[in-house]
Amino acid sequence: MGNVYDVIIIGSGPAGLAAGIYSGRALLKTLIIEKSKAGGQAATTNEIDNYPGAVEEETGPSLVEKMVKQAQRFGVEQVKADVTEVDFAGKVKKVRCGDTEYQGTVVIIATGAFPRQMGCKGEREFTAKGVSYCATCDAAFFQDMEVYVVGGGDSAIQEALFIARFARKITIIQNLPELTAAKSMQKKAFDNPKFSFFYNSVVQEVKGDSGLLDTIIIKNDKTGEITEFHADEEDGTFGLFVFIGLIPRTDIFQGKITMDRGYFPTDENMCTNVPGVYAVGDCRIKPLRQVVTAAADGAIAAVHAEKYIEHVKGGDA
Amino acid sequence: MIALDKETFQAEVKDAKGPVLVDYWSEGCESCKALMPEVVSLSEKYGSQVKFAKLDITKARRLAIGEQVLGLPTIVLYKDGQKIEAVTKDDATAGNIEAMIQRNL
Repeated sequence: MGNVYDVIIIGSGPAGLAAGIYSGRALLKTLIIEKSKAGGQAATTNEIDNYPGAVEEETGPSLVEKMVKQAQRFGVEQVKADVTEVDFAGKVKKVRCGDTEYQGTVVIIATGAFPRQMGCKGEREFTAKGVSYCATCDAAFFQDMEVYVVGGGDSAIQEALFIARFARKITIIQNLPELTAAKSMQKKAFDNPKFSFFYNSVVQEVKGDSGLLDTIIIKNDKTGEITEFHADEEDGTFGLFVFIGLIPRTDIFQGKITMDRGYFPTDENMCTNVPGVYAVGDCRIKPLRQVVTAAADGAIAAVHAEKYIEHVKGGDA
Repeated sequence: MIALDKETFQAEVKDAKGPVLVDYWSEGCESCKALMPEVVSLSEKYGSQVKFAKLDITKARRLAIGEQVLGLPTIVLYKDGQKIEAVTKDDATAGNIEAMIQRNL
């Protein structure tokens, strides 16, 4: 059968690709299923400063491209499809994408996470109408315009610095009394004359008269003070980029694998509670979610999976 | 697929009769580039009924904003120059684009 694999990897971010590279290199028949673009969040991150070896002109997309090629070189198959259902009950794991079913001895879940929303009034209505969660996708719209960035962590400040290449003014809206990004990044933001900062503040509402975002209302939680930002009349609109953390993409595994607040608990070999099913990268419980730790997870899972497959197949003989 | 720019947009889309599908994209948008081959496939399937076009927003930013496109990827279906329907961001999938075309044929 064409759809039977040793290892099925769901997701092709750095965790899934690293798992694929190790698994393919171990000559396991490997499939990576990806629903949209290879690279996951790394593909929409312009600067990858802290991945060892990613120096000079390296960007998220350029790094991902190399990872994809590397996986291909080891014979890993890649298919673009959305996983709609999984069945992990039997010894052979089943992964369904619409009408197509794939079977694997091992499944490695590398589905990652997606951006958390603010949950304020108007947010959904103005998404792609001024509200964005992806700087590399949408920053170019705001050439010489004003942009507001919600969040104060690594992602928020890093992305804000990228957006500052386009925008004429950046306003950071942070809910805490200070930024939490790496100090070197904070310094870049503080030194950049385009930046200004509102602390202890959360966005209450976003709105717009003409179908595009033109008003942001924030509230200072300490003082109760309300501040309204209005788009410059000539611009007619402005950007609001939101980087306030992530939510694991694990809905389809509900009830099939043990989860804790949507994340998978694993042991140090990336094993979930179901034998033969592994979780790697941002979708598992871990202290640091970075490209480097995602890649490490993928490697560990694939190496353990190889032993598991030997054990299972040995049992059949 | 026709590659539009600010000069040709009016004639090819706004003044055109019948349905025109515009794929708003940019080089920096990885999701757009992942989606593009699927839009090309749809153009092969529906090309006789719908005009397929793409617009790189970095060269036509004001135009895109004027069309109320402020996030990528966004796929807009026009009919006789009027915006009929659009899909954007996570909803901009091949399946949803095809459904949008079929609804408006």
